Amino acid sequence: MSCQIEITGLVKRFGGNTVLDGIDLCLEPGERVAIIGPSGTGKSTLLRCLNFLDRPDRGVIRLGDLSVDAARASRAEVLALRRRTAFVFQNYALFANKTARANIIEGLTTVRGWPQDKARARADDILAQIGLGDRGDSYPAAMSGGQQQRVGIGRAMALDADLMLFDEPTSALDPEWVGEVLDLIRRIADGRQTMLIVTHEMQFAREIADRVVFMEGGRIVEQGPPAQIFGRAQDDRTRAFLRRVG
Amino acid sequence: MRPLDTAYMMDLVPVIAGYVPLTLFMAIVAMIAALVLASMLAIVRVLRVPVLDRVVAVFISFFRGTPLLVQLFLFYFGLPQMVPAMTGINGVTAAIIGLTLHFSAYMAESIRGAILGVDRSQWEAAQSIGMTQGQLLRRIILPQGARTAAPTLMNYFIDMIKSTSLAFTLGVTEMMGAAQKEAAGSFLYLEAFLVVAIFYWIIVEVLSVGQRRLETSLGKAVAR
Repeated sequence: MSCQIEITGLVKRFGGNTVLDGIDLCLEPGERVAIIGPSGTGKSTLLRCLNFLDRPDRGVIRLGDLSVDAARASRAEVLALRRRTAFVFQNYALFANKTARANIIEGLTTVRGWPQDKARARADDILAQIGLGDRGDSYPAAMSGGQQQRVGIGRAMALDADLMLFDEPTSALDPEWVGEVLDLIRRIADGRQTMLIVTHEMQFAREIADRVVFMEGGRIVEQGPPAQIFGRAQDDRTRAFLRRVG
Repeated sequence: MRPLDTAYMMDLVPVIAGYVPLTLFMAIVAMIAALVLASMLAIVRVLRVPVLDRVVAVFISFFRGTPLLVQLFLFYFGLPQMVPAMTGINGVTAAIIGLTLHFSAYMAESIRGAILGVDRSQWEAAQSIGMTQGQLLRRIILPQGARTAAPTLMNYFIDMIKSTSLAFTLGVTEMMGAAQKEAAGSFLYLEAFLVVAIFYWIIVEVLSVGQRRLETSLGKAVAR
């Protein structure tokens, strides 16, 4: 097994509370991994640590040839890591002062230094892909939750990241908008984009993931192909959780 | 009681009007400089830059804690006694520096509040796409903070225009100084100061209308 992305011994504490207690995870190129588990078990923190939105206390994150040791990560390393991982937020977190198109363009021009016209062409291409070709000039405040989250995903797509991180991308959505966002993520998954997705949508996880990881208490309890985890989980805690969520 | 000498007042209008540009010049230059300085002070405070943070806290405390007039006298009459390079400082320059420092202390606190009012998700989103601290402040946080701070900053600008009258105490002949000089010759103090008061009033009213328009248009842009 060749890891494109390798996480080793990741630890995160908030005060005296250990939220991540030594996470090891390997993602092969193009692998789509879903993380499931009870609330407050460190799933989102794991994703946030991979992007250094929360700084891990210990552990190593390796993306291809870029290896970042949390204990002594320099500012440059953190930026490099962020530029190769794209994050989709639960609450969309679109730049409120920018249009949908400008949200997508921002990372290309400001961070990557693309010329404006090239970035704009790329953004229009992405807007078409996410089904918002006619909403490029709209501000986030004027869009539905589903549209905003699609722009959030578009902004992440624009980065052409090695790894896409989805942090409960449909949890904040009204039920009517969940389908369109899942459809979009499904299409990205079909393109064999390496991704890590924290989700409460079990059916969706089963459908798109190559592997499902069950976390509890800051640790990975069990992982395997969806059929195994959802069909014949080995660990009692996994089975108990899956019974609870139906 | 004597009647107002309205003819004299009308004669004064063009005289005082001739000094409006100097008043506006001092206020605008000091406002721009104060905006830049205040933004830097606010950022140092928000990011809690070690050491600098303490220095800025003392700076803000001093310039908010002492009267503007005292500060102007310190710059114009006091400091040149210690710093030879400042000996030739003219009143206009001293007034602009004094107004800048004084108002930047107040404005830094409004800007800091506005920055802290920007939702945390905006910082995280900017970080997540790999922006540097400078990029995220300049492109995402400050523009959003500016909207919140705009009405307050506009008030400071209005206050600053009125405060330029203190430059008169540094020997600058601006609107107030001109009125004082005229009155000293004619002994018609009421008329002279009434004219200058009306001038300030009109300038401030014009700006207030602009301020209301600005707030309405900003309000539309952030309707949510």
